[in-house]
Amino acid sequence: MFTARKGRLVALGAVVVGAAIALSGCASSNPISGGSGSGAKTTLVVGSQDYYSNEIVAEIYSQALENGGFTIDRQFKIGQREVYLPELESGKIDVFPEYIGSLDQALNKKAAGGSAADVAKDLASVLPTGLRVLDRAGAADQNSWTVTSAFAKKYELTDIASLKKVTEPILVGGNSELATRPYGPDALKAKYGVTTAGLTAIEDSGGPLTVKALLDNKIQLANIYTASPLIKTDNLVVLKDPDNLFFPDNVAPIVSKKVTTKAADILNRVNAKLSRSDLVSLNSESVTDQKSAPAIAKAWLTKNGLLK
Amino acid sequence: MNIFMQGILWVLEPAHYGGVDGIETRVGQHLLISIGVLAVASIIAIPLGYVIGHTGRGRSLAIGASGAIRALPTLGLLIIIALVVNVGLLAPFIALVVLAIPSILAGAYSGFEAVDRRGIDAARAVGMTELQIVGRVEMPLGLPLLIGGLRTASLQVIATATLADYVGGGGVGHFIFLGLKTNDYPQMLAGSILVILLAILSEVLFSVVQRLVIPAGVTAARPQDVRVRSTRSRAALG
Repeated sequence: MFTARKGRLVALGAVVVGAAIALSGCASSNPISGGSGSGAKTTLVVGSQDYYSNEIVAEIYSQALENGGFTIDRQFKIGQREVYLPELESGKIDVFPEYIGSLDQALNKKAAGGSAADVAKDLASVLPTGLRVLDRAGAADQNSWTVTSAFAKKYELTDIASLKKVTEPILVGGNSELATRPYGPDALKAKYGVTTAGLTAIEDSGGPLTVKALLDNKIQLANIYTASPLIKTDNLVVLKDPDNLFFPDNVAPIVSKKVTTKAADILNRVNAKLSRSDLVSLNSESVTDQKSAPAIAKAWLTKNGLLK
Repeated sequence: MNIFMQGILWVLEPAHYGGVDGIETRVGQHLLISIGVLAVASIIAIPLGYVIGHTGRGRSLAIGASGAIRALPTLGLLIIIALVVNVGLLAPFIALVVLAIPSILAGAYSGFEAVDRRGIDAARAVGMTELQIVGRVEMPLGLPLLIGGLRTASLQVIATATLADYVGGGGVGHFIFLGLKTNDYPQMLAGSILVILLAILSEVLFSVVQRLVIPAGVTAARPQDVRVRSTRSRAALG
């Protein structure tokens, strides 16, 4: 059945496919490489995390900057902090919407925390040379420890410390890297003496799978970002954090040297208008109304008069 | 030290064994998931394949459906099912069974189709019932291709069972996801190395099974690959 001719055709096909794969590997440039500045119109690279909410903010920044006359090279959905931070530091990305608390904790292991102003100040001092943080927005998207309202009512839970009252095993659900985070299950044990029964890995960053697991009591405690519209729609309770286990996570752009005062002003003007409730409704438009990031960004910028 | 060496060292590091996330626990979970998936997929696919192969009916439907199912991205299917049945092992299990069925089905019915029609005619002629023909003629003779299908399915399942931990289903995928998310590439590579080792184990096991299970008559009947040797002891001239 397998004649010599068929064998030769298969071999030829394999060589063609192999060559195509090998050549495509050679041809593809580094996807994080910054755009070349072409004279008067500087190209800025705007990045975003692999998180839909962060992508919306990055798109808002991009459109505002484009409106101001800049060419923008969008590099969205890069990944977690461990992946994009080296790229930011090496100057391959120019603008990145970040959350001041999480970034501060990532850069400064001994960060003390405190109010948003304290954290922003500490962050400015620990950023690597070449990067600076611009004005923060009112909008914040904290990590949080969240339970269902039924669970909260059962054990009268108000803040994170009250988790000690829980008598049944507490299963934690979230991204697998939660185990290594400074506010993770280890911190719950060390700071509050709360023992968790294990971490169920659900890799959707507090998305629908995590919320569903929480609602069906497959997990009792989850890390849901506070700007998630699902908190309101599914009646979830965000445990209060009086000891600032989670640093205040206001949105602020981290920018490189390439970002001039003109660009920085545009970004600061955007941030001044971005309030906490605004971020929740932007997220809601994405999650509930299923609108695309560019559409949401354009609508918000137009509504706030930021597009000329 | 290059990254591959670091991955191997990660696997050999004794601190990574023991506990809920220890290598041996995760590998054990991975094996159990794979074996379970293959068992369930076989229970569904083998009888179906036998019916299709014996009666010859529904063959084009089976081929078309298998092709369509093979094209389904397992991760997407897993997430959709998880949104219904929730996190845990059930969603990845179902998605993996769907992945394994086409190969096993193809192995079953093509095994039957490869049986020499004259043998089946002879069996009918000596008065065997249809069920006897299936059990005594077609099943043993169709075994090589069935094992081949199971072998393919096993490799696919072992490789794809890494997705089970996307929804907390356990398995070696944990090292790959955690390593990827925290830039811990040795850990990620270690996960891949473990999957490769499991795949090699599967291949070895199946080649042993293949040798043990196929009836002697089937291997004896295979045409011998005998090179025709010249009857002359040396080249004759003229």
